[in-house]
Amino acid sequence: MRAASYRDTRLPERWAAAWRSFRVAAWLGWQIESNWTDPFLFAIYSMLKPLASAAILVVMYGVITNGQFENPVFPYIYLGNAFYIYVGAVMTGVSWAVIDDREHYRTLKYIYVAPIRIPAYWLGRGVARFLTGSFAVLITLAAGVLFLHVPFHPDRVDWPLFLLSLTLGVMMLALMGLVLASVSLMIAHHFFLIGEAVAGALYLLSGAIFPLEVLPPWLRPLGFAMPITYWLELIRRSLLGDIASGFATLSGFTNGQLLGILAGLSVLFGLLAVVAFRLCDRQAREKGLIDQTTNY
Amino acid sequence: MSIDLAIETHNLGRIYTIRNRRERRIRKEIIALQDVNLQIPRGELFGLLGPNGAGKTTLIKILTTLLAPTTGWARVAGYDVVREPQKIRPRINMVSGGEASGYGLLTVRENLWMFAQFYGLPSREANRRIEDLLRRIGLADRIHTKSSDLSTGLRQKMNIVRGFLTDPEILFLDEPTLGLDVNAARDVRRFVREWLDAHPDRTVLLTTHYMVEADELCDRVAIISQGRVLACDSPEALKRRLQREALFDIEITAPNGLTAAALEALPGVRKAVLTDASGGALLKLVLAEDSALPSVIGVLTERAVQVRHLTKREPTLEDVFVELVGRPLAEEEGRDEQ
Ligand SMILES: Nc1ncnc2c1ncn2[C@@H]1O[C@H](COP(=O)(O)OP(=O)(O)OP(=O)(O)O)[C@@H](O)[C@H]1O
Ligand SMILES: [Mg+2]
Repeated sequence: MRAASYRDTRLPERWAAAWRSFRVAAWLGWQIESNWTDPFLFAIYSMLKPLASAAILVVMYGVITNGQFENPVFPYIYLGNAFYIYVGAVMTGVSWAVIDDREHYRTLKYIYVAPIRIPAYWLGRGVARFLTGSFAVLITLAAGVLFLHVPFHPDRVDWPLFLLSLTLGVMMLALMGLVLASVSLMIAHHFFLIGEAVAGALYLLSGAIFPLEVLPPWLRPLGFAMPITYWLELIRRSLLGDIASGFATLSGFTNGQLLGILAGLSVLFGLLAVVAFRLCDRQAREKGLIDQTTNY
Repeated sequence: MSIDLAIETHNLGRIYTIRNRRERRIRKEIIALQDVNLQIPRGELFGLLGPNGAGKTTLIKILTTLLAPTTGWARVAGYDVVREPQKIRPRINMVSGGEASGYGLLTVRENLWMFAQFYGLPSREANRRIEDLLRRIGLADRIHTKSSDLSTGLRQKMNIVRGFLTDPEILFLDEPTLGLDVNAARDVRRFVREWLDAHPDRTVLLTTHYMVEADELCDRVAIISQGRVLACDSPEALKRRLQREALFDIEITAPNGLTAAALEALPGVRKAVLTDASGGALLKLVLAEDSALPSVIGVLTERAVQVRHLTKREPTLEDVFVELVGRPLAEEEGRDEQ
């Protein structure tokens, strides 16, 4: 006989459902992420991809500044770019699951009728991308320290601040991914690049490789409203200490203030994710979009 | 509300609104379902029989909480499909035929195991059921095959096993044998019947546009066309409606301008359907009584149409369908596939 425990939706059961949704989705995400090619190629690809994109940035920087790699602007840019990998990985990874399941595997409706927590499932699908993303960040950092004199001294790193910021930041990115995933429920296939598009736009808006001052004045408030901006600043500060101030945009804030802002904005995105999911879920059911596939 | 109803619908309706791509103000409304009232007790194998576009899938989507109705209400396992989807989902499962779904890079076992996990089934129990069900449906030798390496038909069998794996109280099968060859379709029908025999308190709602499937398999059948349920009864009772009438199949030479309408104008001719057959035509007649036959033959003779073969036969569900909908199911299928 079936266990009767999953029959009702009392609180503990909701958590149990959320946990199994997350766990199984993480397993599935890892299978999808790692099984598309043989392990050797997978490892090579995982190393070469981040190195290639970092190399492009370094060459561009070198050409534009005539090789001023000692300037504090360089580590600012290098770290911003390295940690921005998480945005593409986690945020896009979470939201991509909707389109992947609906269009590619044609399983979204079966997942939807299962007694799971859809948001927890989507978060789980992002775990694998978080892991491969972490590897990419690590590789990029190692290359920067070993070959490009990015100043990194383990004894000068503020480890507690770094770990706290990283954790908070990844959670924040996952919540932003949930918002995107909810929106993806409502849109058709030809917008499947929504995740990439948003990640690309935010690259320019959150001071990853240049300060917000470079933006036209009317775009700056958007940059200041993005939690990624504060997160990247915190990461740089915790890793580099005082030389992190390549640009002075946020130098008026203390670490505590930055953490506070990041936490506050994350909570805000969490609420937004809840609202977006409820809204989009209802709309999708009303309009019959859940198993809608675009037959090209 | 009666507690032993697995499925209950009341004046259920669904309208799709389609917006014109260029001019968003132009809207078209498609009535997919209208005033559907069904009461399906637990333990029943209930069939929805209807041509393409009848609204079968729409009804299944509403009952499985994937789609909201525009009018009326529906209850599944006693819960409202709009307000209490979380209560319904643990108790149901669903399979759609004619599509290749599943994670191609996972093996058959992994695909099925994963879905069992969503329902909180312990791994060991899941694996036991997977092996058992795969054996019953004739897929046991493929358990370690990547599902992308399965043919469409075998993938569909895997998908069917996924539906049964969680031992749902109510199972929705949307054209489970669509696209399967004769043998595979028979495997699936036998599988469904055996499962219900072993679990008499489970309910299955199955849609099909194959007459035989509805006739052989289902305890009760609803005939649905253009969003409306036209009749709902056991296959025997549906056929009995026509028992008083006389059914004839007449093979004739080329009809020479003869029309079904002209024959239906004759007294005592309830229904006449004329279809092309090799080297001539097939005329299917529903007559109020045998004595109406001579006047039909008379008309044939007038037009110099010769009778090649004439049989009187027992009514089938096909005849019931023709009587209710006004045209044969097969004709509709053919048209849609072109
Ligand atoms: N998402 C949708 N948007 C607009 N119209 C739709 C949509 N889904 C179905 N319809 C229309 O609703 C009607 C009923 O469709 P439905 O898919 O329920 O029929 P069906 O009985 O399952 O047919 P089939 O045998 O072809 O599967 C059809 O006219 C169909 O074109
Ligand atoms: Mg259908």
